[in-house]
Amino acid sequence: MSTDITRLIIVAVGGQGNLLTSRVIGEAALMADVPIRMSEIHGMAQRGGVVESALVFGDAKSSIIADGEADLLVGFEPSETLRALNKCSSKTEVITNTAPTPPFTVAIGRGTYPDLEAAKALIRKKTAKLIAFDAAKLAREAGNIMSVNMVLLGAVMQTRKLPLTTEAVREAIRTRTKASFVETNLKAFQLGYDAAANA
Amino acid sequence: MHKLLVDEPGKKMLLLGNEAIARGAIEAGVAFASTYPGTPSSEISLNFFQIAPQSDLYFEYSTNEKVALEVAAAAANSGLRSMCVMKHVGMNVAADALMTLAYVGVKGSLVILTADDPFMFSSQNEQDNRYYGKLSGLPVLEPSSVEEAKEMVGYAFDLSEELGEPVIFRTTTRINHSTEIVSFGEIRKPETGGKFVKDPLNYVTVPAVSRKLHVRLLENQKRAGQIAEKSPWNFINGEKSASWGIICNGVSFGYVSDAVMDLDIEEKVKILRIGFSHPMPKALVQDFLKGCDRVLVAEEGEPYMEEAVKAAAQEAGMTLPISGKGEEYFSRLSEFNPSLVRQVVATFFGVEIEKPEPLDLSDVPEIPQRPPNLCAGCSHRATFYAVKTAAEGMDTVYPTDIGCYTLGFLPPLSMGDFLICMGSSTGSAGGFAVATKQKVISFIGDSTFFHSGIPGLVNAVFNNHDFTLVILDNGTTAMTGHQPHPGVDMKAMNFEGYGQVSIEAVVKALGVGHVTTIKPYNVKKSIEAVKEAIAFPGVSVVISKEPCVLFAKGLGKKRGKPFTVTSKCKNHRDCINALGCPAFYTEGDAVKIDPDACTGCSVCAQICPEHAISPVKE
Ligand code: SF4
Repeated sequence: MSTDITRLIIVAVGGQGNLLTSRVIGEAALMADVPIRMSEIHGMAQRGGVVESALVFGDAKSSIIADGEADLLVGFEPSETLRALNKCSSKTEVITNTAPTPPFTVAIGRGTYPDLEAAKALIRKKTAKLIAFDAAKLAREAGNIMSVNMVLLGAVMQTRKLPLTTEAVREAIRTRTKASFVETNLKAFQLGYDAAANA
Repeated sequence: MHKLLVDEPGKKMLLLGNEAIARGAIEAGVAFASTYPGTPSSEISLNFFQIAPQSDLYFEYSTNEKVALEVAAAAANSGLRSMCVMKHVGMNVAADALMTLAYVGVKGSLVILTADDPFMFSSQNEQDNRYYGKLSGLPVLEPSSVEEAKEMVGYAFDLSEELGEPVIFRTTTRINHSTEIVSFGEIRKPETGGKFVKDPLNYVTVPAVSRKLHVRLLENQKRAGQIAEKSPWNFINGEKSASWGIICNGVSFGYVSDAVMDLDIEEKVKILRIGFSHPMPKALVQDFLKGCDRVLVAEEGEPYMEEAVKAAAQEAGMTLPISGKGEEYFSRLSEFNPSLVRQVVATFFGVEIEKPEPLDLSDVPEIPQRPPNLCAGCSHRATFYAVKTAAEGMDTVYPTDIGCYTLGFLPPLSMGDFLICMGSSTGSAGGFAVATKQKVISFIGDSTFFHSGIPGLVNAVFNNHDFTLVILDNGTTAMTGHQPHPGVDMKAMNFEGYGQVSIEAVVKALGVGHVTTIKPYNVKKSIEAVKEAIAFPGVSVVISKEPCVLFAKGLGKKRGKPFTVTSKCKNHRDCINALGCPAFYTEGDAVKIDPDACTGCSVCAQICPEHAISPVKE
C-alpha cells in the first residue's frame, strides 16, 4: 500500500463534537494545500449513537478506511476505542480518552462496561502505541467540558502522524471555531498536546 | 451571505458532498427546487431552504416525494431550471409521476436527485435506483467524488435541456456524506418567471397522446445513448494496450483506482469509468472489451452494469470472461471498501497480494451495544409509556412508522411490531385489525401522517376498521434534521408566507369517530385518554402533542428544571426499566439522573411508586 497516504479514524459518541475535530483538520489541510478526503457516518448521532469519521490524507481516491488500515485511531470514549480496534493493525497508533460515557444499555442491565485497565492493556498489546489520558478532565481544566474534541486534536498533533503542522491546525481553530470559544479551544488543544507527550 | 452563494470563481472550500451538489445547482442557475427530506439527501435541501430567502431560488418542502416531483415537473414545463431531491425510497413514492413524466418530458430542465444508501446506514432497504433509469427510460448520471458531483449536477441540467427529458442524478451515501476540497465555478443567474404554453396533445396523457409520446421517449432514449457513447463522464484510464479490464462507477471508481495503484498493476489494467450509466454506452463498452482478456465489473448494489456489459459482449460475439457479482467476487449486499475491492481485483486477475494480518480480537471482551435511543425527555417515550400501560394485559399489535419514534421498538419500550415504508402504519393497521382478533394500536409521526398516512386513515374510516391510531405530533420532521411540515406554525418560527394544516381538523373531517388530544407529559390523563380510545369500536385517533425537545433546545427554548433521585428511592428501578431514558445512569447500585441531560419532563417522577424523584432544589 502507498506509504504517503495517512489514514485517521475518529470514533465518538454523538454529542462529543468529533465532527468539529474533522472539520478543523480538514480546514487546516485546505489551508496547507494537502489533499484530503473525509467521510462521516452520523445518521442518528444526536440520538446517542456512535459517530465515526474517516480522514484520508494524500493521493488516495477513497474516502473511507477499511478494517485493519487505519494509521491512527482516536477514540473519544474508551469502550468505543475498543470497539473500533478492528480498524487497526499492529502498526496503528491509538489515542483514547479514558473518561467513560457508558452506553444506556449498561444502565438497563444489558451488558457490562469493560474494565478500563484491562482495555488499555489489550490495546497496548495489539497495536504499535497507545496514548491514553483523561481528556474530560483536561477539557474542564481548559474551561469547557465540550472541548474534549480539541484536547484530543492536540494529542493527534503530538503524534506527528498527519502531514500537517501544528501551527496550521492552531490557525484553523482560530479561524474556524466559534469566536467565543477560540481561547478555550486553543487552551484545550495545548493541554492535549502536552498530555500526549507524557502519556 | 450563505457560503454556497459566494460568487468567487476559483475559490476553494471544504464541502460536504451534499453541499457540493447544492452549489453545483446554484452554479447551474437552478430556479426551482422541491424535496421531501430523507437521509442521506437531506443537507442538499437544507442548504436550498437557507439559500432561497437570499436569492432568486424558489424552494419548498413538499408533502411527499410524489408531490415534490409533480410541482417540479410543472415548473420545468414552464421553462424553469428545476430540481427535485429525495432519498432512494422516495423514488418509489414519486414513481407514478416519474414514469409518465418521462413520456411528457420537460421544456426547461429537471434534475431528479436520488440518494441511494448501500448498507442502509439510515434506510429500510438498499435498493439500487439505477434501475429507475431503465424502467422510465430516463438518463442516469452518477458521480464518483464530491468535486465531480458538483460539476456533474451542472451537466445534468444541460443534458436535460438538450434532451427535453428529466435526468436522474444518482448518488450514494459515501458521496453525500463525504467531504472534499471543491473549487467554485461561476454562478449563472437563475431565470425565473416561467410561462406555460398550452399544448394538450403533448401534455394530457390520454391513451392516444401517450402512444405518440412513448415513441418520442424511445427516440429520446436513443439520442441519450448516442450522447452517452461520447460522454466525457464515461472515460478510460490506463494503458490502451492493457489486457485486464475493470468497469466501474460511483465510489467504486475510487476504490478500484487505489487498488490498482496498491497492487502495482497500473501497466496491466485499464479502467472504464461509467458516469453516464443509462443508457449504457454499448459501443464504448464493446470497444473496451475488444482488447481485454478478462473484465471485472465493480459496482455496489445490483449487477446493473454487469448485465449490460455481458449483453454487449454477447451481441459482439465476444466470449471473454466477464465477472462481477457472485460468490467469488462482489456481493450485492452492503457497501464496498478499499480493502475488499483490492482483494477482489487481486483474486480476479491472479495477483499476489500481501495478506493483511487482521488483529486477533478474540480476547476483546464483549462491549455493550450503543444503539441510538430517543433523546432524554423525548415526548415519544412518554406517549409509548402511556399506550403500553393503557393496553396492559391485551394481546396487541403495534404497527409503527418512519421517524425518531421507530426507535421505540427497542427495549425497554418495545413499542413497534411492523414497518415497511412511510405511511404503512395506517394501512397495515387496518389489515391487522381485519385479519386478527388482536388489539391494534398504530403509531405515526406528524410529518409522516401528511406524507402518506392520510389515505390509509381514509381507507380505515370507509372500510370500518377497528384500531387506534396514535399521531405523535412534535411539531417538526425530527429524524432528518427538523424540517418543517404542513402542520407546523411557521409564523411562530419567523417564516412568512406559509399556511398551516391542523391534524385534528383533518382527522375529524375524515369522519373518525373518536378523536382526542393528549399532553403526553401528563401521564395519568394520557393513560385514561388512550384507554377510552382503544375501547372505542371502529377507528379512533389519539393526537399526542408535545414539541420535540431537541428541536426546542435548538430554538433556544428554556427547558424545565432537572429532576433528581432522592433518598426515598428503594431501587425498584421502575423508572429506568420502564422508560429507558438516557438521562438515567447507575452509580454502583444507585440510580442517578444526569442533571445536564434531564429536560425536566417529569414523566419518571410521575411513575415512581415511592415518589422518590423530585426537581433539583436550587
Ligand atoms: S430528536 Fe426530538 S423526536 Fe427525535 S428522539 Fe430527540 S426529542 Fe425525540
